[in-house]
Amino acid sequence: MHPVLRTVLQRLGLGIVTLLAVSVIIFSSLEMLPGGYAENVLGQSATPETVAAFKRDLGLDRPATVRYFEWIGKAVQGDFGSSYSGLSGSMKRDVSATIAPRLYNTFFLAAMAAVIAVPLSLLLGAMAALYRNSWFDRIVNSVTLTTIAMPEFFIAYILVYVFAVKLRLFYPNSTVSIGTPFVEHVYRAALPALTMTLVIIAHMMRMTRAAIINLLASPYIEMAQLKGVSKSDVIRHHALPNAWAPIATVIAFNLAYLVVGVVVVEVVFVYPGIGQLMVDAVSSRDMPVVQACALIFAATYILLNLLADIVSIVTNPRLLHPK
Amino acid sequence: MNSATPPVRVIKARRSVIESVRRDLRTAPLTAWFGMIVILLYAICAIFAPLLAPYGESEIVGKAYQLSSPENWLGTDQIGRDTLSRLIFGARNTIGIALITTLLSFLIGGSLGVLAALKRGLLDQGISRVVDAFLAIPVLIFALMMLAVVGKSLINLIIILALLDATRVFRLSRAVALNSVVMDYVESARLRGEGMGWIVFKEIVPNILPPLITEFGLRFCFVFLTISALSFLGVGIQPPTADWGSMVAESKSLISFGRPAPLYPAAAIALLTVAVNFVVDWFLHKTSGLRDGH
Repeated sequence: MHPVLRTVLQRLGLGIVTLLAVSVIIFSSLEMLPGGYAENVLGQSATPETVAAFKRDLGLDRPATVRYFEWIGKAVQGDFGSSYSGLSGSMKRDVSATIAPRLYNTFFLAAMAAVIAVPLSLLLGAMAALYRNSWFDRIVNSVTLTTIAMPEFFIAYILVYVFAVKLRLFYPNSTVSIGTPFVEHVYRAALPALTMTLVIIAHMMRMTRAAIINLLASPYIEMAQLKGVSKSDVIRHHALPNAWAPIATVIAFNLAYLVVGVVVVEVVFVYPGIGQLMVDAVSSRDMPVVQACALIFAATYILLNLLADIVSIVTNPRLLHPK
Repeated sequence: MNSATPPVRVIKARRSVIESVRRDLRTAPLTAWFGMIVILLYAICAIFAPLLAPYGESEIVGKAYQLSSPENWLGTDQIGRDTLSRLIFGARNTIGIALITTLLSFLIGGSLGVLAALKRGLLDQGISRVVDAFLAIPVLIFALMMLAVVGKSLINLIIILALLDATRVFRLSRAVALNSVVMDYVESARLRGEGMGWIVFKEIVPNILPPLITEFGLRFCFVFLTISALSFLGVGIQPPTADWGSMVAESKSLISFGRPAPLYPAAAIALLTVAVNFVVDWFLHKTSGLRDGH
């Protein structure tokens, strides 16, 4: 078997194992509670009958292993069961139906931020690396170190204060609904997207800069320079083929970061995404929704990292041209 | 965290501590000085909060949502408490809770990491695989889920974050301890017949301390930001405790009326993390190139 294919398959296998392990952790979080979830929610005054009835309503009376396989089996088909809220009433809320439109909104926002942030930060990071120790590099270094350390909501509220309150260019709240037209959606999601862009540009630029400096310091680049290869050829034939892997890692790492940062940013802008849904569900302890959201976040995170690893394997010159 | 800064020097230069501290401080860049001064000011605020604050932590001093005035420099909050006093008390609560959480996570993660590096074998394999699975889940997401399971309370918050963060600490402390365990000085201590405690505390720990202290600064920032984010989301530190994250959430509606109220506590959070990062960045340059500064 070709070494590239073998390594890719190994990595895919590892990714699937990780996903399974994470799904077990997420599922069993409910079982880890000493005294049980039902007893905990109902409080100490609940009679054993109430607890039993509550467990039956939630389906918690069956063995955990049975419930896990049922849950994960349905989850891979996109069915996350029904929510705890409104369970005793006649109306059963379907978790997947609640999540679907919000998931679209969240990915819309993340995609918007990524489209601006990825090319910009790669460009700026590469420039900072090539013109190392120049004034440009120094300014970039201290500005990014500062923004990295700031909480998302600080950047978000500064943007709201300047662009929505003082300049009145945008709305302070990003309310969108299913019928919102595309252009309107972009306009309303502009401020949250800008917040996330600022947050990840700092990370991405620093990582790009470090990766490229690391690359340019390698012996084969020095060798090429000493041989008298022209500067553009050094970059095209020697640096770039080896640069895809670190660049892919940087992008995936930051997109994964975006997935998490979205939670806070959505709450700041009251943007109807999956992060806001998860926070609401945490407050009401609506476990099917919380676990579904956690699984989606974790799966996105793992898949992005998996993708980055696969890109670095397939572009690795050492594996592509085995001796 | 100003208590976290001096020990590096104490360990590194046993010969003349004061002299080497003075020498290091002389060469410290401007950003590091800025960071250290800010951290010192925060520490003073946190320790002497009751003396510095003009009013009590949850004392109602006037009407709600007052603008700034000579009595209340930064105005009052949604139930008429003095914002400045709450900011000062917030230093004590928010930093204190973050510090306790980080210390706990280093205690758990650090001791498990050193233990795994020393013992190797099945124990190491077991802990490492579990930690690997946990590392695949973002901390904020996992913390949110666990808070939904166990319910929101301060103790739960500290334990959950400490355990989650301990997985990250474990990774680093195991890695640096592994490098130290194979060194000759550990081998000779073993041959000398030293006990486990001596090997850990006299041989390994002093040698892995510099990277761990740098990591402590970074992990503190991370824990501090996570706690603030969770409090902002309403599932972290609960009222009436004065806390910067929840203060941002409580005053967020004011920004639509053109008042920068949520910016004060948010800036308090940002300034501290920036300061710690500056100091950590300086340490990274000084100590070994174990991690590139990002």
